[in-house]
Amino acid sequence: MASICFYFQVHQPYRIKKYRIFDVGHDHNYFNDHSDRDINNEKILHKVARKCYLPANKLLLELLNKHPEFKIAYSFSGVFLEQLETFSPETLKSFQKLVKTGRVEVLDETYYHSLAFLYSKKEFVRQVELHRAKVKKLFGVTPKVFRNTELVYNNELAKFAEGMGYQAILAEGADHILGWKSPNFLYRAPNARKIKTLLKNYRLSDDIAFRFSSKSWSEWPLTAEKFARWIDAVNGNGQVVNLFMDYETFGEHQWEDTGIFDFMRALPGELLKHPDNDFVTPSEAAKRYDAVGEFDAHSFISWADIERDLSAWLSNSMQNEAIGNLYALEKEVLASKDKSIVDDWSKLQTSDHFYYMCTKWFSDGDVHKYFNPYDTPYEAFIAYNNVLHDLRYRIEAAKKKKTHAKKLRGIKKKKTAIKRQKPVKPTKRKMIKKVSKKKVAKTKSKKRHA
Amino acid sequence: MKNIRVLMFGWEFPPHNSGGLGTACYGLSKSLSRANVSVIFVLPKKLDGFDHDFLKIIFANIRNIKFREMQTLIHPYITPDVYDEYLRTAPEHELYGLNLFDEVRRYGLQARNIAREEAHDVIHAHDWLSFRAGIEARRVSGKPLIVHVHATEFDRTGGHPNQYIYDEERRGLHAADCIVAVSQHTKNVIVEHYGIRQHKVVVVHNGIDHAEHRKALPQALTHIRAKGKKIVLFVGRLTIQKGPDYFVRVAKRVLEFEPNTLFVISGSGDMEHQIIRQAADLGLGEQIVFAGFVRDEELMKLYRAADLYVMTSVSEPFGLTALESLANGTPILVSKQSGVSEVLTHALKSDFWDIDDMADKIVNVLESKGLHETLAELGAKDVEHVTWESAAGKCADIYRNHLA
Repeated sequence: MASICFYFQVHQPYRIKKYRIFDVGHDHNYFNDHSDRDINNEKILHKVARKCYLPANKLLLELLNKHPEFKIAYSFSGVFLEQLETFSPETLKSFQKLVKTGRVEVLDETYYHSLAFLYSKKEFVRQVELHRAKVKKLFGVTPKVFRNTELVYNNELAKFAEGMGYQAILAEGADHILGWKSPNFLYRAPNARKIKTLLKNYRLSDDIAFRFSSKSWSEWPLTAEKFARWIDAVNGNGQVVNLFMDYETFGEHQWEDTGIFDFMRALPGELLKHPDNDFVTPSEAAKRYDAVGEFDAHSFISWADIERDLSAWLSNSMQNEAIGNLYALEKEVLASKDKSIVDDWSKLQTSDHFYYMCTKWFSDGDVHKYFNPYDTPYEAFIAYNNVLHDLRYRIEAAKKKKTHAKKLRGIKKKKTAIKRQKPVKPTKRKMIKKVSKKKVAKTKSKKRHA
Repeated sequence: MKNIRVLMFGWEFPPHNSGGLGTACYGLSKSLSRANVSVIFVLPKKLDGFDHDFLKIIFANIRNIKFREMQTLIHPYITPDVYDEYLRTAPEHELYGLNLFDEVRRYGLQARNIAREEAHDVIHAHDWLSFRAGIEARRVSGKPLIVHVHATEFDRTGGHPNQYIYDEERRGLHAADCIVAVSQHTKNVIVEHYGIRQHKVVVVHNGIDHAEHRKALPQALTHIRAKGKKIVLFVGRLTIQKGPDYFVRVAKRVLEFEPNTLFVISGSGDMEHQIIRQAADLGLGEQIVFAGFVRDEELMKLYRAADLYVMTSVSEPFGLTALESLANGTPILVSKQSGVSEVLTHALKSDFWDIDDMADKIVNVLESKGLHETLAELGAKDVEHVTWESAAGKCADIYRNHLA
């Protein structure tokens, strides 16, 4: 029996506008580009909603109505949901409609689509809790499965997610860890007891997400029938095929004219032709199947690039410096208790910012360039670095305001205290005067000296 | 493969050059001579001050180059005014033209003799001063003429060309069988301003001799660096083309944010006094240093001492100094109006007139170690692919295409 488990990632970052050193101290709005460039968040959201979210949602709702066996799962970043609320409530409604069918599972992730787990466990927990609350508020459900930003994963994270009460966690079926093992089973991290790890079948997933429209691919054109045959082949040597991909595959990465919507329209019917196939959500998979072995990820893996590691976000010294500077502010930011400072600092954690600074493939001009709204990684870094300056400036300002307020309170207290004080005896008063005169003389002579 | 004989009309070589053209002629012919091409290099020879033996020394180990000299007062970057100045001091017994243009004509006529004496398969002339020589040589031998454009009158004058020079350039470009442009930027100028069809112009980017820039050298400006000062460097002739005035304005803007910065201007030219005055007027006497014309190891030391090299050229056909800076491990900010920006990925790029954009980038490089490191490291790797071997290979292909 082969269960098909679809999970779609839905995320849009708050891209930073062209923010220059001259803006520091003057302009505290970092994400409000209104130009025609691809750093205009509202423009991008509308564009992707039109090309992908709305038509894809419509199609999936249609499929859910047509096939009672069909199931899917989404993971929405918090910053994406926030942008839907502000820019496109209509799109939000169409997602809510899907979740209401009861056959669409919502997963948890970090609210800000961040790499917080690598830098601050405390911040990580704060963001996961924020996300859980947001999902509960918008969809009325509480996720049982966790997926970390860009499928960044290691053993420690699995254990940590188990501690937070999740039943399953998603990861990349990375060859260098799987070895001869198949991604089509459930696994367990060596240090975990209960939580199960679901692994992305990257070959089959990427056939849809990346290769679908590639005419140089020997399997092009990919039909639903052909794809269903590949899934059928798993029968007997696998239990669940995890098809994990960006939701933007539909209509945005693969444009409508590639036939991606028609492919998806036909796929569930083709898959269900085989009597042993069915659909599961990640939490159902975890409930139904046992872990067959260990998946031992000592160091971090992810679903990005051929390296399947962290190098897309953290390979050059700009990226490391930027993220280091950001998390160095954590204590002060949270201590400021200033909502807008905390909010902006959090939005600056979104992994995309560091992805835009990646120089790995910059020269070759492949996907990194395609997904980079800035002309160069350097431009991305400079805007980010300037924003951090402004944020520091705001933190300092907030601190001063606080100490100022404290002082004011202190003065008020003193005044009332003085009023209540009994008159000081004359002898003592004289002594105080003498002392203070001496002090004044001392400081004066010092000044002259200088 | 058949050995090709090139009759090349070129210019001064290092260490006697005053700019990139000499470096380019030198680098290109050295690499050509290793690519089964023999070069007969025709060099203008000023009567006084030219070291004859030098050429033999520098090319002692390269068999494929032969030198011919022609007596003339012209040299690259010469202007009609400068020529008149020369003429006044030239020895009387020598025959020179009445003015620069007359001299260019005379140089061309001399080229006929050389073309008659030296057997060759193809003619290659560098920049407008030698175009006429190329045309005259072809008149004698009937061999294909390739003209190589390192700069046009539009670049040199910031868009206000001298009509005579423009006409000379135009004549050479139209007469040529093929035009080599040092960048797409230059090709565009040629097509747009000289009425040349696209397909006649081939882009061959300049290269750099990497070995020369790997020498171990003592550190320069250590006393300044020891004080924690950052250094921003400008290298180029102080002429309208190089935009030194923009560099001074950028310096002013950067100093508002990074007061502990020293701006070093290396080079000389007709704008020198203007630039010094401008710096003084802006109150930057302390923060801008004029190093004068610097070359070779001294220049390499300057590159290495700097935190960032900035090229503010208004119109830069190529910009070899940017490559040199990267080869010496110092990151660069170059104007988008430059040929070198086409071949480099890991470089900061701005419009030459966008003072704020340049200042923003410079301030960030000065204060972020991560940005500086990434640019320096990847920029140095970037420049490794830019070689004279590759340029010479492309030129050899052009020769072969025109011989077939």
